[in-house]
Amino acid sequence: MSAPTRVLGQPRAGSSSRALLVAAPIAALLAVVPLVVPPYGAILLAYGLVMAIGALGFNLLLGYTGLLSFGHSAYFGVGAYSVALMVKYLRVGSMELFLLGAIVGSVIVTAVFGIVCVRYTRIFFGILTLALSQVLWSLAFKFFWVTGGTDGLRVPTPSLFGGLVTGAGDKTVFMSHAYYYYVLILFGACVALMWVIVNSPFGMALQAIRDNETRAEFVGVRIWRYRWVAFLVSGVFTGLAGALWVPLNGLTTPDIMHWTFSGELVFMTVLGGFRSFAGPVVGAIVFNYLKTYAVGYTVYWQLVLGVVLVTLVLSLPTGIVGSAEKLLARFQRSRP
Amino acid sequence: MDVLLIHIINSLLYASVLFLIAGGLSLIYGVMRIVNMAHGNLYAFGAYVTAWAVGTMAAGAPVPVLLMLLPVGALAAAILGAILEPTLLRPFYRRAEEYQLLVTFGLLMILEDLMRFIWGPYPLSASEIFENFGSLTIGDVIYPTYNLLVIGVGAAAASFLWAFIYRTRFGVVLRATSQNMRMAAALGVNVNRVYVQAFTLGCFMAGLGGAIIVPSQSAVLGMGIDAVVLAFIVVVIGGLGSLEGALVGAVIVGFVREAGIAWFPEIELAVLYLAAATVLLARPAGLFGRP
Repeated sequence: MSAPTRVLGQPRAGSSSRALLVAAPIAALLAVVPLVVPPYGAILLAYGLVMAIGALGFNLLLGYTGLLSFGHSAYFGVGAYSVALMVKYLRVGSMELFLLGAIVGSVIVTAVFGIVCVRYTRIFFGILTLALSQVLWSLAFKFFWVTGGTDGLRVPTPSLFGGLVTGAGDKTVFMSHAYYYYVLILFGACVALMWVIVNSPFGMALQAIRDNETRAEFVGVRIWRYRWVAFLVSGVFTGLAGALWVPLNGLTTPDIMHWTFSGELVFMTVLGGFRSFAGPVVGAIVFNYLKTYAVGYTVYWQLVLGVVLVTLVLSLPTGIVGSAEKLLARFQRSRP
Repeated sequence: MDVLLIHIINSLLYASVLFLIAGGLSLIYGVMRIVNMAHGNLYAFGAYVTAWAVGTMAAGAPVPVLLMLLPVGALAAAILGAILEPTLLRPFYRRAEEYQLLVTFGLLMILEDLMRFIWGPYPLSASEIFENFGSLTIGDVIYPTYNLLVIGVGAAAASFLWAFIYRTRFGVVLRATSQNMRMAAALGVNVNRVYVQAFTLGCFMAGLGGAIIVPSQSAVLGMGIDAVVLAFIVVVIGGLGSLEGALVGAVIVGFVREAGIAWFPEIELAVLYLAAATVLLARPAGLFGRP
């Protein structure tokens, strides 16, 4: 880690316009997807986009702050269960209120967990986040009269945009069109927000902490406070992903709080490449397809994913995006 | 009073198995500085191999034969460990900790499905041994004798390990490598060999844990994933890399768990995880860890 650790794909001055140039065609492409692919394809992509929001939040800690959390399933689960409990106890049906509830819920939980966790780094941070996420998992698992236990809680189709769009009618059509666009808009907003965060002075300070904690402290960065805020933002993004995931799935079970789901979030991020901004997004979408097809194709899907992960870490540690950038750079250099 | 005694015995039973798993995990971390997320799968592997040998291959054989077959699972886990370390883990010692965690997480997924592939999705049991041991009465409570054997094996393993590490030449080399790998290498220790031996020994312990518990429970998919999180708790409480810590941690977790099952079943697991978090807050290196 002593080599210059500039983040690959890290913007140079004035490259926000370049980023926009890359983002615009992708956004246009994503917008036409429901019009050209069958509903199932659009719903699958919606799952991928939701996971991408979660992985984007996760990577603020891993890629930008240098902290490997093995407990992000907790915040995803808090988002999902906030929605499910709002349905169960408050009879709420509006997606905007769901998102608000999920944000409030994940802010509270990450604020408390963060105070405990940010004092540690490396392996201790990983195990501590894992242990705390397992606390929530065991509560969701055991308090069945509140959370439904392993049966989980159902979440009906919500109404979007303050009731302008309702889920009346065919659920598949709703999910593959109205809800897909809803997810897409929020995805775009989250990507833009995260881009602003990592390029702000705050984001730069996080990277300074990651690269050299002692020096960052000497320059005057208050390490614990910065880490805590990063932890909070990271958890809230993942909580938001959980809230968006629930209506899509229709059901939330304690499985999404189990630490193996945290492992999947880590997997996605490494698959795409945690050293680049776009890495987790690409990784989450690819992982979603990979898992869906592996599960559909064989009962030994874990074996497939495990082999992919081990091979990836052995041979492509910079992930898909990092490797693509390297290839591109070589290609450009070879041209006169 | 008798009920209390039963609770204590149960706690020790639980602690014995946990010590075997967590002790191996801690030993491996102490020597190699690797947290093996797939460690629970080696425990499950030991359980499956023993259940397969005792319950399927030699079903109906006389009990002494079955008892002789009991350690097969531990040996199989040790062999698996001896294969895994040089092939899969060795390339990662020079790389960041994150990659080591990831590769062992990948290994966890692979081993989980390999066991499903080899032994199918149904539980595998070796209950013949358990039944043959019968039961004894403690006061007016009937208690299975086999559980006492498990506690005995756990205690024997702990003392054997202590003697091995503090009273043999190999133990000296192991501790030297754990304290300063470069210096040990400079003094002529073959670090690669020590690593293989430590990893194999750790896997042997995990496998032994699985092998001795399988007659009273049965081998099921997912048992490794559940076990490894509890082993994490044990080593976090006791201190990563410390065997004394693993022993004390296992006893603490054993007693808390038993008390939890008896008096506060809803929050039993949550209390365990919170206990680990509290210890980590008060003493980041654990009760016996080196900071």
